[in-house]
Amino acid sequence: MIVPLDEGVRELVGDGDTVALEGFTHLIPVAAGHEIIRQQRRDLTLVRMTPDIVYDQLIGAGCAARLVFSWGGNPGVGSLHRFRDAIQHGWPRPLEIEEHSHAGMANRYVAGASGLPFAVLRGYAGTDLVGQTETIKTVECPFTGERLAAVPALNPDVAIVHAQRADRSGNVQLWGITGIQKEAVLAAKRSLVTVEEVVDELEPVPGQVVLPSRVLSAVAVAPGGSRPSYAHGYYARDNSAYQDWDAVSRERETFARWLEDEVGAPAQLPGKAG
Amino acid sequence: MTTTTGYTADEMMTVAAAHALTSEMACFVGIGLPSTAANLACRTHAPGLWMIYESGTLGTRPGTLPLSIGDGVLAETADTVVSVPEVFNYWLQPGRIDVGFLGAAQIDRYANINTTVIGDYSDPKVRLPGAGGAPEIAASCREVVVVVRQSTRAFVDRVDFVTSMGHGRGAGDRESLGLPGAGPTRVITDLGVLKPDPQTRELTLAQLHPGVTAEDARAATGWDLAVSPDLATTPEPTAEELAVLRSLSGRE
Repeated sequence: MIVPLDEGVRELVGDGDTVALEGFTHLIPVAAGHEIIRQQRRDLTLVRMTPDIVYDQLIGAGCAARLVFSWGGNPGVGSLHRFRDAIQHGWPRPLEIEEHSHAGMANRYVAGASGLPFAVLRGYAGTDLVGQTETIKTVECPFTGERLAAVPALNPDVAIVHAQRADRSGNVQLWGITGIQKEAVLAAKRSLVTVEEVVDELEPVPGQVVLPSRVLSAVAVAPGGSRPSYAHGYYARDNSAYQDWDAVSRERETFARWLEDEVGAPAQLPGKAG
Repeated sequence: MTTTTGYTADEMMTVAAAHALTSEMACFVGIGLPSTAANLACRTHAPGLWMIYESGTLGTRPGTLPLSIGDGVLAETADTVVSVPEVFNYWLQPGRIDVGFLGAAQIDRYANINTTVIGDYSDPKVRLPGAGGAPEIAASCREVVVVVRQSTRAFVDRVDFVTSMGHGRGAGDRESLGLPGAGPTRVITDLGVLKPDPQTRELTLAQLHPGVTAEDARAATGWDLAVSPDLATTPEPTAEELAVLRSLSGRE
């Protein structure tokens, strides 16, 4: 159950998989994302409500063929330049996108976690998002006749989330802003949770969210594993790292150097597309 | 840039936006200008304002401005923290939120909002972050207030992509789609305030900030901007409002 991070990623994430690394500003599984880059996984469909800088890195490193998302940016700073480069110029490879709203993505995970084929919500009406994807349709309520949006369940091959701590049997405590992590894990076929620490026994924390070990495939210890995002009760968000990322990611050359120096992964040659 | 009157156009805009909020409201807050204005309102005339951020922090009162939508300070000062499905399904969708406070990259004469792409969707000139929570905020809040700097780049005749529905192509469009909220009731800019015409729903210049002329506003608008016959002037920010605003921004 408790495995080294590299082993967890090697066993659970395969080329071509649909992979969701979730975390809503808080508890973003950055260390796991870097391990996927180091292991040079390819043709992934990356899923996430808020792809931010770790997804910028995965996309820039050439791991992703598709992105399913609802908001792609550097939170509080601006744009994701590697994401933009992939969409606007196909570098380092073209990136197909499937775009939703937050409410749509959240409900797709809920349907996935609930074992249902689709979810309904009162949304999307009048927007151009509807015309850009096959995964937004309309259904009629069988009771009132109201027209509602329908979105298909998301069931990733693997979900990866970060949490504060686990016990030795792999029960996980996660608290603070919980985002969509629980739903992503329950919707996925396999799951990996990285944690700040493993303890002998979990102290009960009011408002905690426990992911029981029986729904997880593996837990890996990764102290500081969500930096530069934050782990409530452990460390604060490194806002300056998000601001600094803008300059690092703007040019292919500086990004490639960063990838080699900071992640220890070979980068694609800048300028070589596709 | 500080004018001779002692405040900038951005400060005027933020104070004017704060005035759209009252103590009794529940407000769904977007990051950036809307967040600054909501936090200013909370600290001045609207101490009871119930602020919600889409990260699931309900009734939050951050001591400093959050840099992002899910900063720890939002969780620590919230009445409660809920999951993302809950914030959208239980709080936003049933109409529990009075006002949605949104920004825009482009906005058109019917207050439709684009935060997705500039240019063609499949071959964009500029790829923007996308929808986030905005489409359903625009659909389900009782009303929407948009805060955006006015320029011909942002105020376009027709948005390149409708990320969030304003008033569609005019009167009756929202109703025919079954959208429960009233849509954008005010667009607050660094030049003035635009409001939809009650009959046509076309945005009309309703208010100018001190020192700004209707010609300035028309020159910064990408369509033939209609001007209300009852054009008003925005009250100047008070010294207290400016002091609170600067103490907030200074800590960003």
